[in-house]
Formats: sequence, structure tokens, C-alpha cells
Amino acid sequence: MSLKSFPKPSELAVPAGAEGWEKIYPYYLVFQDKLKEQEDAKFWFCDSQHWPTVFKPFETIGGEFAVKCLGQYNARHLMIPNANGIEFRVHLGYLYMSPIPVPEDQIAARVPLFEQRVGHYFQNWDQLLKQWHVKVKGTIDEMETISFPKLPDMVPMEDILSGKGKDGSEKLLESYDRLIQLAYQNWQYHFEFLNLGYIAYLDFFNFCKQVFPNIPDQSIATMVQGVDMELFRPDDELKQLAKLAVELRLQPHFSNTDDVDATLSAVAAAPGGDRWTAQYEAAKDPWFNFTVGNGFYGHDKYWNEHQEIPLGYIADYIRRVDEGQEIMRPVEALIIERDRIIEEYRDLLEGENQALFDAKRGLAATAYPYVENHNFYIEHWTMGVFWRKIRELSRMMQAEGFWTEPDDLLYLGRNEVRDALFDLVTGWGVGAKPIGPDYWPEEIERRRGIVDALKTARPAPALNTPPEIITEPFTRMLWGITTEQVQQWLGAGVAVEGGGLRGMAASPGVVEGLARVVTDADQLSEVQQGEILVATVTAPSWGPIFGKIKATVTDIGGMMSHAAIVCREYGLPAVTGTGSASTTIKTGQRLRVDGTKGTVQILDALIPDAGDPELLVAGPGAHSHSHV
Amino acid sequence: MQSNDYVQFFDGGIEPRLETLGGKGASLVTMTSAGMPVPPGFVVTTAQFDAFMAEAGITRDIHELLAGLDPEDMSQVDKVSAAIREDIRSRPVPQAMREFTVGAYEALMSRFEAPVPVAVRSSATAEDLPDASFAGQQDTYLWLEGVKAVTEHIRQCWASLFTSRAIIYRLKNNIPNEGLSMAVVVQKMVNARVSGVAITMDPTNGDRSKITIDSSYGVGEMVVSGQVTPDNIKLDKVTLAVISEHLGDKHAELVPDAAAGRLVEREVDDERRGRRSLSDAELTSVAQMAKRAEKHYKCPQDIEWALDADLPDGENLLLLQSRPETVHSSKASTHTAPQPVVSGGYFSGFSAGTLKPSI
Repeated sequence: MSLKSFPKPSELAVPAGAEGWEKIYPYYLVFQDKLKEQEDAKFWFCDSQHWPTVFKPFETIGGEFAVKCLGQYNARHLMIPNANGIEFRVHLGYLYMSPIPVPEDQIAARVPLFEQRVGHYFQNWDQLLKQWHVKVKGTIDEMETISFPKLPDMVPMEDILSGKGKDGSEKLLESYDRLIQLAYQNWQYHFEFLNLGYIAYLDFFNFCKQVFPNIPDQSIATMVQGVDMELFRPDDELKQLAKLAVELRLQPHFSNTDDVDATLSAVAAAPGGDRWTAQYEAAKDPWFNFTVGNGFYGHDKYWNEHQEIPLGYIADYIRRVDEGQEIMRPVEALIIERDRIIEEYRDLLEGENQALFDAKRGLAATAYPYVENHNFYIEHWTMGVFWRKIRELSRMMQAEGFWTEPDDLLYLGRNEVRDALFDLVTGWGVGAKPIGPDYWPEEIERRRGIVDALKTARPAPALNTPPEIITEPFTRMLWGITTEQVQQWLGAGVAVEGGGLRGMAASPGVVEGLARVVTDADQLSEVQQGEILVATVTAPSWGPIFGKIKATVTDIGGMMSHAAIVCREYGLPAVTGTGSASTTIKTGQRLRVDGTKGTVQILDALIPDAGDPELLVAGPGAHSHSHV
Repeated sequence: MQSNDYVQFFDGGIEPRLETLGGKGASLVTMTSAGMPVPPGFVVTTAQFDAFMAEAGITRDIHELLAGLDPEDMSQVDKVSAAIREDIRSRPVPQAMREFTVGAYEALMSRFEAPVPVAVRSSATAEDLPDASFAGQQDTYLWLEGVKAVTEHIRQCWASLFTSRAIIYRLKNNIPNEGLSMAVVVQKMVNARVSGVAITMDPTNGDRSKITIDSSYGVGEMVVSGQVTPDNIKLDKVTLAVISEHLGDKHAELVPDAAAGRLVEREVDDERRGRRSLSDAELTSVAQMAKRAEKHYKCPQDIEWALDADLPDGENLLLLQSRPETVHSSKASTHTAPQPVVSGGYFSGFSAGTLKPSI
């Protein structure tokens, strides 16, 4: 059977107003005319899970650092026998990826290197992971010390007296360079254990698929997943704060949490309020370094800078506690069920296979929790501090007249920012006006127009001709890009009985309920008790919502996506990677979500015929784990 | 109506004893309490038979009649057998005993919207009769309706202790007539709406992590004999997730005709043919029951099951038979998986030791 093809990059229409978009990104990030033949021969899939919206020029930093550092661990650190890294390009504002295989004849030679390197990590896991936490925290601490103050009118007298001989501009340049370096550093650390977590998981996964043919992916995930993960910690902190507020009878002070200062001072002044305030302050550091997004965009809102978000969640939890609801996750029941599943599969094996099962599962269960937990330290904490510092710099330069809006720095590439800084210190140093204020505002307006125009088009799910069979393990695992998935995008999938959507059976169970479509974190407050959340993609900080809803349906994401993991944690059905749920389903429609089969039916009268091609899952978006 | 020394419900929660319930009765109680619901019913215990015999005062006469018998003298054996059985059938059952039986029957009927037919079967303690299956086949009375028919057939079963064949068997094997007793099972006739088989493995490859279910409308005979193509569903044994399903044609069904006391074949309409014969919840229940049977008997099982039209949802799944799965059993006992030892994945070249986690 010959597969249909996805469009070539050159075949995608440039949205009106986005002409010249290539030039707002670095030269090495866009497809090259001179390489057209080679680039068109490769299969590229869009990672819209991590980068669902168009990059502003500065924001490519997250994509570049993340995918580069992922690749280096495959290709240079661990010498993964059959997989190098992933090439990536920005096309029309979206990120496309193409995994690089290892040539057949080199695989064998890499095996002993791989064993030695991976073996070292697995044998010294605890110690190395402990060290990782120290390194990562050190990076964050140093990042926190960076600041971008306005340059002084003159060199301070003490620098004259001490004979320092420098004007301080070098500090500004260093600070910027150091901030970029520190971000790069933690992105390197990010993958130090992540690939290992996936390797251990894949090893157990492949073993299970052999001894238990067709075992559901869900079962394998359940057997290695941690139940009490650090990623749930911020949400758990809010729940504890809600319970304490109820215990101290502080409920009346949470009536208008949008006013953060008034709420916090009213609570503090109330009897017992000091105890609550102390617990709140303790929870903030570090657990409020938590974004409503995924850490990859400059517009992400972090809890510690938008405390109305966690306070709103606390207020909602208080209401639910008052209504007699149990807000804590059923951790004990989940552990019992997980242990039952492990035990029952294990009992099906004998002898050497049982020993292998124990070894491989043990390894995966040791390594896998990192896959979730690292997310808090890098995407949330590190990037939270990073973006805060970038905003500080952007505002300083805005004050110097470089641009008009506070966050306009994002319309410059990170190396252009370095140029603008040199422009600033030069002008300042010589006592003249820098050039930037006459150059950047107009250029930024032009770029803003291009980015806005690019945003009017959704990405293609993939580019060029897919391989007959997709075997590359990381692509399958991290992004859920399987042969079947690609078929679905190409419209060759199997229709859902009675009309509806098909995705990944990510968390078991069947429920019916009303849809609530959420395409932006700002809409989360609209979610009502007992609704079914329908979203492009979910983020870890949406935790409080999961205690309210009945099921989740996403456009993007695989078995290990955030929505899938959290739904299994909360015991809610989930269907992920439907491709188009958030655009097909309307808020208020009645849905039947079958998280065991991976189907979503729209039960309302306006059900188009089954087999309507519009209803078949056809992109956009790659499936993925949400936190590369 | 509670279980007592004289009548004991399958689900009465009393520890089954072979001496009082007989082999069949004890097995039905055991299965019910292990979560393998057989068609509901009760056992008229050996204690009731003993009380009846004591009240009738015929035990001694019977022993005398049997004492001088020559097992080779068939016509004499037949004559004595007929006399004893006539005696048992015609004597009154003590009033208290009769009330227990009638009460139990009425309690059983009260579980259904309308009275349902029952089967009455003898349940011998092991040595009394040639063999249990022979006795079971011989003394099974189907489609009985009303208390009169039931009590009559209970005595019929009692009398079967003294068939010519049973008498000769005991004579030849020197089994004494003292202490002879008999329990009787009264059990609802299955009115199968949907039925089929379930195997606690994948019979195509011996994979024990699956449960395979065949399901079609009516009683299971057409599935077992291959007269219809049933729905075929494969589930994961641990999580009960559906792995694959194929809808069968299911063109016909056999359904009980209580009036005629037999099964009649009829066509299945297109709507029912086009959908799966089991709902999701029913499918899960069948799989759970198969799992319980495997756990109870400690080896892969091949069960027959039915959904009874007379019972409410949640209580209507019945286990008709459970036997060891034999096709793959030898294979399964040595290798639980298709491959003896699995290699591959990322660590194909690794020894297991290299992979030990540090904790």
C-alpha cells in the first residue's frame, strides 16, 4: 500500500501579511533553498504539543535548547545504538522535527559504549540524581541573582576611588550572556536523566509487548508510574491550604481572590490567619514557580506572579470542602490498584521471564518518575525565573526607548538582543543616543504583524512523505508518532461508531457529560463541576481543574502526555491526541468519552454521519509527552 | 427463608459438607460462595431424607428386603427395587420437613417476577451410587413447575437410591445399606438470553494475559456446536480492557420454551445481529467470573456462562460449567508466553545484572 503524502514545506501557503517571515528567525532554523532536495526527502512532524502557537523570535530559545539537548544525550552522551537526535526547523512559525537514525552499520559498534554509559547511570541512579538536584538548584539560585538595573548617569565615585576602571556596562552584557548560559545549562541537565527514563520505560514496554502480546499501553504506564509525584505537589499544597482555611474558619475572606493583596491581608488579620499565612508563604517557595502554560512562551503566567490564580483555586477547594467533597487524590486506592496490576501480570510469568519482568519493571519504576518530576524543576521553576528576568530586561530597555510595549523584547532573536544591548551601552557610554529607539519600534511592529498573520494558520501535522513504517523508538514514545497515527492524519483512519473522534485510550473508563472547551488557560475559571474538559493540550498547573471534571479530551498528546498521566492519577477517563476535539466539539455539547477504547462521541442531535471525513482525526499536532 | 439443617440455599452462607449436601450440592454451594454464581437454588439435605426414613419407619423393612438378595437374580432385584421405591414415594413426608421444603421453594420463587421452572436433581454422597455423573443424569427432572411437582420429584430422587442398578452395585461392592442417604438439589432452570464460553487465555497462542469470550444469543448450545458465528472478544486479563472484538453473524438463537419443556430455534433480527450481544458491563462481568473460576481452580479455565432473562441486571450472569483449559495447558505450564525468554528492546545485549536499579 502506498501512503499518501503530507505537503512539502514549499507547498504550504504563507498567510497574507506574513510574507518575509523567514527573516525574523535565525538563518539556521528555517528550510534552505539550497538544501531543498535533502530536506524534502525527510519526514518532518510538527511538535505542536510543546509549541502549539507561533514563536515570537526570542521564544525559539526554548525549542532550540530543548531539542538540541535532547539530541546530544542520544548522539553524544549515551550513544544510543539506534537513535541519534532530532533535527528541527521552524516553518511558518511552528516547530517541525525529523529524527535522525543511526546508520545500520554503526549500530553494533555503539552497543558496548551505550551499555557502559547507561549502565553507569542506572547503577548509580540515586547518587547521580541527588547531584542533579544540587546542580539544577545551583543554576536557579544563580539565575535569581541576575538583575538588569538601569545604567547610572555616571560611574559611582567608589569605582573611581578603587580604580575599578570599568563603567559597569560589561556587567549588563555579562548578565545577559550569563542568563542565556544558565538557561542552556539547565536544559542540558534536563535531558541528563530524561532519555534514561524513557530508555528504561521503553525497555520494559517492549518486554511487556512480547510476553503479553497486545497488552494495553495503559497497563504498562500504570505499572511504572509514580503515584505521589513532585509534579502534583503544587496542587496538593493548595488543597492543604484550603483544608487549613476551613479548619481555621477563614472561608469568608476568600470571596474575592482576584484582589490578591486584600485577600491576603484580610486572612492575615483574621484569628488564626498568621498560621495560614505562614503555610502559604512556605508553599510559595518553590511550589508557586508554576506556570499555567508549559514554560516555552514569554506570555506564560506563573503562580507566584499571578497569585490570583492559586488563590482562586484555593477558594474553589474551600467551597468543595465545605460541600463535603473529598478533594485529596485517592492516593492509597491508586497504589493498591497499581500493585494489583503489577502482581497479576507478574503472576502470569514464570522463571526467567518473571525475573526479567522484576528487573525491567524495577528499573523503569526507578527511572520513570524523573520523567514527570523534572518538569517542575526546569519548565516551571527554571523557566519561571528565566522569563521573569527577561521581562525585567525588556522593561529596562523599553524605558530606554528601545520599544513601546513592556514585553517587546520577545520580537528580537536572542542574539539580536545582544546587539541591542551593545547598541545601548555604546550610546550610553559615549553620551549619545543609541540607534535602537529609532530602529526597533518600527521593525517590531512589522514583526508583530508577521507573527499575528502566522497565527491565523494552524500547522500541518507533518511534512513530506512518511516512511512506510515508523520504528524510531523515541519518536513513537515521546511524540506518539506511530504508523497508525500518521494514517489517521492522512485520513485513512477508522471511523468511530455513531460519529465522533478517535484518539489514544489514555486513561480508562466511560462517562457522559457536558463539554467545556478550553483553548487558553484564562478560560479555566469557566469550568464547572462535572463537565468534560476539552482542550488543545493541558498543563501540569491545571491540576485543580482535574478534581472538578469527569473526563478529559485533548487534541494533542500521547499515553505519557500530561493529561493522560493526571487523569490516571485522578481516576478519570481520558482520550488524548484526537487531533481536532477542541475545534469539533462545542461547549455544552453532550459527550460520551470512552477512555478505554479511545473514542469520543458527540451525543447531541447534530451528529454528522459516521464516516464524515471531517470527523476523522486528521492532525494538527504531534502526539507527545508534554515536557521534553 | 433461611438455610437450616434440612434445606440449604446455595447462597445461604453455610459451610458446605459433602455428607449433608452430596457431591453436586456441595459443589454448587462452593462455587456460589467463591463468586461463581450458578443458577440459584437450594439443597434438600440428607438430614431431611434421614428424618423422612425415620418417621416412615421403613428402614428396617428395606434392610430385610435387601439382605437376602442375589445380585445375579435380576427379576428378583427389580421386584424388590420397585417395592421399595413405591414405598418411599407413597409415604407422607413429616409435616415439619415438608414445610421447610415448601418454604424454600417459595423463597426461591420470590426472587423472580413470576414463578419460574426448576430442575430437581439427586445429589449423592460419593459411595452410595455407581457414580455421580450416572446418578446425576439418571435423576434429573427438568422444567418442573409448582410445589407439588417439586416435592414429588424430590421423593423420586430419594427413591433412586434403590434402583436395581444401585442395589446391584452396592451388593457387588459390599457397600452396606446402613447409613445410606441422599440429598436433592432444586435449581432454577436457566433461561438464557445471551450465553457463550470464556477461556482464560488466548487460545490462538497460549497467551495467559488474555481472556477470550465467545458470545451469542439464546442458550450456548449453538455456540459450542459451531452452528452460529458468535461475537468474539479478547480482553486483557488484568485490566479487562478490550484488546479486540469481532462481531459474529449470530443469525439464530435457541431459546427455552417452558411450556413445551424444550428449546426452540428462532431467527435473530438484524438489529440484534448488528450489535455486540454483550453490553460493556456484561462483558466485564463475564470476564471477572472467568478470572474467579481460574483463581478458584488454580489453572486456566474454559467456562460456559449465560445471562438469565429472569434475573435482574447485576445478578443475571450464571456460571454453567468450568473445566480446565486443556489445549494449551501443557504449553502454558512450561511457558507462559510465546517466547521462552524474551530478548530485544534496548537492552538486547545486556545481562539482567547490568540493569539492576541501584535501590
